[in-house]
Amino acid sequence: MAEGNKFDVEIITPDRVFYKGETDFLEFTTSEGDIGIYKNHIPLTTVLAPGAVTIHNGEETVVAAVHSGFAEILGEKVTLLAELAEWPDEIDVKRAEEAKERAEHRIAEKAEDLDLRRAEFALRKALIRIDVAKK
Amino acid sequence: MASMRDIKRRKSSISSTQQITNAMKLVSTVKLQKAKTRAEQTNPYFNYMYRTVCSMLAKSKNINHPYLAAGESDKKAVVVITSNRGLAGGYNSNIVKLITESGWKKEDLDIYAVGGKGADALNHRGYHIALNASEVMENPNYTDAMDLCDKVLKSFVDGEIGEIYLAYTHFKNTVSQEAKLIKLLPVEVDESDIANSEDSNILMNFEPNEEEALDTIIPKYVTSLFYGALVEAVASENGARMQAMDSATSNAEEMISDLTLKYNRARQGSITQELTEIIAGANAIG
Repeated sequence: MAEGNKFDVEIITPDRVFYKGETDFLEFTTSEGDIGIYKNHIPLTTVLAPGAVTIHNGEETVVAAVHSGFAEILGEKVTLLAELAEWPDEIDVKRAEEAKERAEHRIAEKAEDLDLRRAEFALRKALIRIDVAKK
Repeated sequence: MASMRDIKRRKSSISSTQQITNAMKLVSTVKLQKAKTRAEQTNPYFNYMYRTVCSMLAKSKNINHPYLAAGESDKKAVVVITSNRGLAGGYNSNIVKLITESGWKKEDLDIYAVGGKGADALNHRGYHIALNASEVMENPNYTDAMDLCDKVLKSFVDGEIGEIYLAYTHFKNTVSQEAKLIKLLPVEVDESDIANSEDSNILMNFEPNEEEALDTIIPKYVTSLFYGALVEAVASENGARMQAMDSATSNAEEMISDLTLKYNRARQGSITQELTEIIAGANAIG
């Protein structure tokens, strides 16, 4: 792909600058659904949903899992502020599987003190982790 | 003049104190290095967060949002970040002073204390401690900041409190820390920062919409402030302790050299006295 189509992307978490580089096509999940971004996107601030971020750079692609945060999209630069971001090799699949089972169990059981929103969020987080780790 | 034995005892007690303060100084130095690196790493996130909030507020001046207006209640919540351990010079008392000298009435304040020393001091002075999360200070992480934020914001949304403040020690550099009291909610940012935000001319779109975006981003902004403050406070605590222990060690040094001088004088004095006695005795016999 031509050089002119590249734009900057930065993923920042509270503990570190998670990723900084160039991309020609970026995909991630927002609260309104998945979006893909090319250069010169209209300025947009949007809320992130737990999901995978895929950064395409020519033939190379890198994938990471992000959980909650927001994204600021400007024509030349995209910044993702995520509360938590992980590379596939940082994910403990076994722990994620366990978390998934626990969350499913809680939702299925419908215990009285169940915080459904929280349990669903935990389930979603676990599913994303498993998904990203397998890519 | 004190006896030789007294001086000797005193000297050995001071030198063992000096060993302790010196060891504490070394420990703080190492901890400070770690905490400093961590504080530096959180900076980009926090700065970006602040810029985004500024530019959002610049573009949404006429939005009416609960987080942007003071609540009806007169009560104020103050999140007070101090340490769990003492021997850090004025570190904890400076923060406590900020609260007691703020001019606010005791009855109007709800203290959310992070760190045992601040909680104890304020409780003793009759302030209402709404929450005591001392264990957080041992190793603050982002989840702790989230929990804290959830609790404080909940009382804000419920209308129990009208304003939220944060008292913490800003880490300027290794030798200088500054106790700070800042207002968190309703959100207030520097007007000049809003004007300066470089992209203020761009027409920003929000998804789902501005209000919902603010709904999500403001809590994250507050959380990032808490987290930044916690991390900075740890660095400041160790910086303050390092300085306090450094001056304690050099004070001990001074006292020891003073006592050594006194000890030698006392020894010399006793030798002279013995000699005088012997000579006097010899003269009497002769």
